[in-house]
Amino acid sequence: MNSVILQGATRLLVALILLFSVYMLLRGHNLPGGGFIAGLIASAAFILYALAWSMREAREALRISPVRLATVGALLSLGSAVPGALQANPPFTGLWLFLGGGDGEKGVPLSTVLLFDIGIYLAVLGSVLALFFTLEED
Amino acid sequence: MYTDVHAGDRRPAGWGDKIWSLGLLIFSLFIALWLVSLIGPVHDQAPLVFSLSWVPSLGVDLAFLIDGLSLLFALLVSGVGFFVSLYAAFYLRGHPLLKRFFLYLLLFMLGMLGLVLAGNLITLFVFWEVTTVASYLLIGFNHESASARRSALQALLITALGGLALLAGLILLGSVAGTYDLVQVLSSRGQVQGHALYTPILILVLIGAFTKSAQLPLHFWLPNAMAAPTPVSAYLHSATMVKAGIYLLARLHPVLGGSGLWLWILTLVGAATAVVAAILALRQTDLKLSLAYTTVVALGTLTMFLGSDASVAIAAAITFVLVHSLYKAALFMVVGIIDHQTGTRDLHALGGLIRRLPITFGIALAAGLSMAGFPPFLGFIGKELKYEGALAIAEEPLLVAIAAVFANALMVAVSATVALRPFLGKLPPTLASSREASAGLWLSPLVLALLGFTFGVAPGLVADTLVQPAVTAILGRPEVVKLKLWHGVNVPLMMSIATLLLGVLTFLMQRRIRDGLNRAARWLPSRMDRQWDRGLALFKRAAALHTRYLQHGLLQGYMAVVFIAVVATLFWAVFWGESRAGGFEMQFNWARLTLKEWAAMALVLSGSLVAIGCRAPLTAICSLGGMGVGVALIYLFFGAPDVAITQLLVETLFLVLVAMTLNRLPHSMAVRGTRPRYLHALIAVLVGAAVSLVLLAVIQQPLVSPTREYYELASVPEAFGRNIVNVILVDFRALDTFGEVVVVLVAALGAAALLRRHPGNGIPGYRDQGGPEE
Repeated sequence: MNSVILQGATRLLVALILLFSVYMLLRGHNLPGGGFIAGLIASAAFILYALAWSMREAREALRISPVRLATVGALLSLGSAVPGALQANPPFTGLWLFLGGGDGEKGVPLSTVLLFDIGIYLAVLGSVLALFFTLEED
Repeated sequence: MYTDVHAGDRRPAGWGDKIWSLGLLIFSLFIALWLVSLIGPVHDQAPLVFSLSWVPSLGVDLAFLIDGLSLLFALLVSGVGFFVSLYAAFYLRGHPLLKRFFLYLLLFMLGMLGLVLAGNLITLFVFWEVTTVASYLLIGFNHESASARRSALQALLITALGGLALLAGLILLGSVAGTYDLVQVLSSRGQVQGHALYTPILILVLIGAFTKSAQLPLHFWLPNAMAAPTPVSAYLHSATMVKAGIYLLARLHPVLGGSGLWLWILTLVGAATAVVAAILALRQTDLKLSLAYTTVVALGTLTMFLGSDASVAIAAAITFVLVHSLYKAALFMVVGIIDHQTGTRDLHALGGLIRRLPITFGIALAAGLSMAGFPPFLGFIGKELKYEGALAIAEEPLLVAIAAVFANALMVAVSATVALRPFLGKLPPTLASSREASAGLWLSPLVLALLGFTFGVAPGLVADTLVQPAVTAILGRPEVVKLKLWHGVNVPLMMSIATLLLGVLTFLMQRRIRDGLNRAARWLPSRMDRQWDRGLALFKRAAALHTRYLQHGLLQGYMAVVFIAVVATLFWAVFWGESRAGGFEMQFNWARLTLKEWAAMALVLSGSLVAIGCRAPLTAICSLGGMGVGVALIYLFFGAPDVAITQLLVETLFLVLVAMTLNRLPHSMAVRGTRPRYLHALIAVLVGAAVSLVLLAVIQQPLVSPTREYYELASVPEAFGRNIVNVILVDFRALDTFGEVVVVLVAALGAAALLRRHPGNGIPGYRDQGGPEE
């Protein structure tokens, strides 16, 4: 497709969608969202980019191969099982760290669960894009 | 075919080879010494038990049990393993795959040790299978030879088949005894033998043991397994692999043994195996093959004696295990040396090597005399004990005694063949340049043969320390075993003399007997080996046939089958199943529906109608998308925002992906067929009706869900999250989610591979070699 309007709008939209996907990812634990949904949103951004510009440019924008991205994501998720297992808990037991938390203050929650969700995000993004890029291979 | 493949590209032993061989030597020596240090404690005290919890909910522990029986076998495994490793390091020196060989050998040794030391039925089975897999790798080590690959596969299939039967038998045994713990199982004899399942348990376990220990009629894999390098044969066929079945019989003797069924099956199968294999051994002209058949003879004899519960018979079996391991490993190594130094193992091509290989001859003589049962070797004691044991078997002394004498006489003949024929007579000119092997090769068999001599002269060394505790462990009562060289003039001695005479006679007439046997063999139905191949071919044809009918590759056919199965199951569940909704009333409360819900429903309905009716594929896909959006709206209205968002996104991506696929299809394929498809319509209507029915039936039931309540309560305090769906996905059931992500990844990879336009893309050099162009 060679539409100036779409191409112009896409530049702005893609950034917004990607930002939105990260937002959905991070809020997932308490509000609707999460890694799977966020991964789908992020892949929609790249697909839009590919439709407006070209598959080649979308690939370049992603920078690494989607299969590699998906693998890294799956490995990250698997890695989040390790800290729990090391403490003799069942694997995938969530461990939490509240940065700057104190009396009454909750602080910034960091956890292996978040790591797991980020892994899901990357795995979904990579898998969908791997499929999509093959479809439009030229 | 008669010789091991010695690769032409030998290279000097590298550091890796040295480290591997040294490591294996040190490991096996360490294990052996540790086991020797346990002889005292095991003899004086109760068996030693180590246990680690493995699958506690199933009663499966990684448990190890060291009593007299397992100690004897473990000592043989590690001790003979040590000498075999030493021998192999020299025998295969410079072999390009030496490191791999030692890895397999280590794996096998570990499996074997785990098997004989296991203290839990399931642990035992797992290690049993480890030895099966490792022996496959070892037998097929010369993987460039087709016959080695065939033999390896045959051994794997037969022993794994037996392994499956064994697994079933052990699970039944465990459930009847109420525990998988070996010590407790062994003491529940009355409970097991009185149970209705005793016969199936016995049959299944025996199938496992008989396939592993090469009993008739599945004995043929063992001689074929001679395709392995000689060190492997020396190890697998003396002290380990084939003794695993014998160990199992001895191990389960306390709980399964003693019944009439046990006695008759073991005695008859064992006797038949011993006699038939002894005759077959005479036919062979390959040294290694004749030794292989005598291994089958030994296994048959052992099985025969384990059928009894007379203490002399058991003592005979245990002593013979020890005797056989020592002389058989030594003889295999001797054959290996002859093969290594002359390049052949064929009897016809060998002779007069006594001047060239004097040390090897000495070893062959010592081991052969032990095998033939001459005093003062341990073999003599073993044989006397066997005869005494045979006469002590109350039920059928004559059968056992005759089988034992016959088998032993032929063993005398074969041992004379192996120990004398290659060394005496005229030296063929082709062997004139043969030289004695290096010390590394003859050291191991020398020590093993000397052990056979030492234990024969001073049987007290093993009687009290090894044999007696093992017999005690099998019979479950304290036994005193005395091993003596001279028993005085009695019936066993007479039988021994008869055996020797018969054996020498057979040896002298061997050529004539072999010719006669070969003539007779022509009249026999074809060999089991051939039958096995035929059976395997039949099996493959059946597999191909059913694949052709079930896996026809037509997507429409698959989907029709799946949907019909779903419909049948659902209808059955609703109308006839145990939890059928007994006459529920259809309650429709149309008035409660709000306008927006009507709108969503209209979207869904119109979307599906348009998709069915329209001709243009793109329109159909878009209307399907509209239907999906309607469904997403319904999710949203009824309080599942996460699902709604996911549905919406998936619909969007699906639309884009399918639209792009259409773009790639040739135009003619994109046009939908005009033929009305009544069958498809019928299936579709049925699926819709079935799913609606089930949903209606489900919502008539009051929703009681303790799981939901649990998650609602536990979500915030335990997982710090208020979105229950997400908390379940990433925390409570993270392992499931991880599995799903792997599925997504694999599906994407698979689809990507299928969709590639250029199959060779990304593989360097593929295009250049004429890969398919567009």
